[in-house]
Amino acid sequence: MADTLWIGTRKGLFALRALDGRRRWKLAGPHFLGHIIHHVVQDPREPRVLLLGARTGHLGPTVMRSVDRGRSWQEASAPPAFRRVESDEPARAVQRVFWLTPGHGGESGTWYAGSSPAGLFRSSDGGERWQPVAGFNDHPMRPRWAALGTPDGEFLHSILVDPRDARHLYIAISIGGVFESTDGGQSWAPLNEGCAADFLPDPDAPFGHDPHCVVQHPARPDRLYQQNHCGIYRLDRPAHRWQRIGRSMPRKVGDVGFPIVVHPTDPDRLWVLPMDGRTVWPRTSVDGRPAVYTSADAGRSWRRLDRGLPRSNAWLTVLRQGMCTDAHARTGLYFGTTAGEVWGSTNGGESWRCLVRHLPEIYSVTYAI
Amino acid sequence: MTCTVRIASPLRSYTGGATTVSSSGSTLGEVLAALEERCPGIRFRMIDEQDRIRPHVRLFVNTSEAQELTAAVADGDTVHLICALSGG
Repeated sequence: MADTLWIGTRKGLFALRALDGRRRWKLAGPHFLGHIIHHVVQDPREPRVLLLGARTGHLGPTVMRSVDRGRSWQEASAPPAFRRVESDEPARAVQRVFWLTPGHGGESGTWYAGSSPAGLFRSSDGGERWQPVAGFNDHPMRPRWAALGTPDGEFLHSILVDPRDARHLYIAISIGGVFESTDGGQSWAPLNEGCAADFLPDPDAPFGHDPHCVVQHPARPDRLYQQNHCGIYRLDRPAHRWQRIGRSMPRKVGDVGFPIVVHPTDPDRLWVLPMDGRTVWPRTSVDGRPAVYTSADAGRSWRRLDRGLPRSNAWLTVLRQGMCTDAHARTGLYFGTTAGEVWGSTNGGESWRCLVRHLPEIYSVTYAI
Repeated sequence: MTCTVRIASPLRSYTGGATTVSSSGSTLGEVLAALEERCPGIRFRMIDEQDRIRPHVRLFVNTSEAQELTAAVADGDTVHLICALSGG
């Protein structure tokens, strides 16, 4: 099958398919025109299966499933929803199905979903029916862990399943922090030591941090990288203390951003896309000059990659699901902007070109085979 | 009790494009439950898991807006499912 970039936007779903060995790209869609598509994810265990999280401006959130590589879609019969509250405890309702993660390779049909407000949900039947993960959603500390949500609600994202152990999970909440479970989601503990939270009254708080994106290296699952509101971090388990690898970024650029992606096979190689986090947080390319930064030594040093990107007056914003790699030996790297452009590189970010423009605001770019 | 349900355009993917559907029930909740039987998935897009009407949805029984699913529906009434979009 052709390489496909699935592009979730504020106004629908698009597919960008590679032709001629990634030299040309052909746009298909929109599917679900007018629907808000937060995340589109292929099932690596069964590549014909895709799931997406969607809603519209009018209507509640749902999950759509495809079993034919996106040719047709069916709605989940029981989308993610919180437990019905009977007493006077706070009654939460899912506003967005914000994040989707396939389950462990040995658990066919298992999926996880993260929502806003922060909730964790699990499906055992390929995304058809979803159940709340009570161990997190009803955890007595959950209201305190995610106490600082913005009016949009806090977002649960970066659901990571240890490829060696289906019961070992990580999640991230923006704002709330990173949390770990070693018993399949029944119990959870914060994992934020070493991360800055300079917006909190207590900068050493055990939770309340703002991870923007957390990734686990598939070839070395003990290695985690995190793009946080307050810097770029690495954690090599079983250590519990994150190391701020963004300290070695150029001071004028800083180490704030949304996405972070890792090389498919090299645990020391990663890419980030810095944004302006000064003053009132414009969250655009720093000084209007977009650049990707890469490290080949696990964050000890960084190199700027901007060949082919606009040299000035380009105020791009790339959201946390908006950047991905592909599976080629010459690694492809792609990002989509809130201004509706998709940029691509087929040489690990050394040079870039715009693959498509004039799309709606892009929320996610994900690679599928 | 049989009633007519008028379907707003964002919900017509659940009714096969139909603009009106007949349903039954003596309360709005019962009418929507019967509608869900016929058009699976439609209820959750309008009503959240705590049985609250979603913020961009308005439900009317004839010309009176219903605030709760306990609102009474009489034989021959028309239930209007209205979607109120904001922003661009």
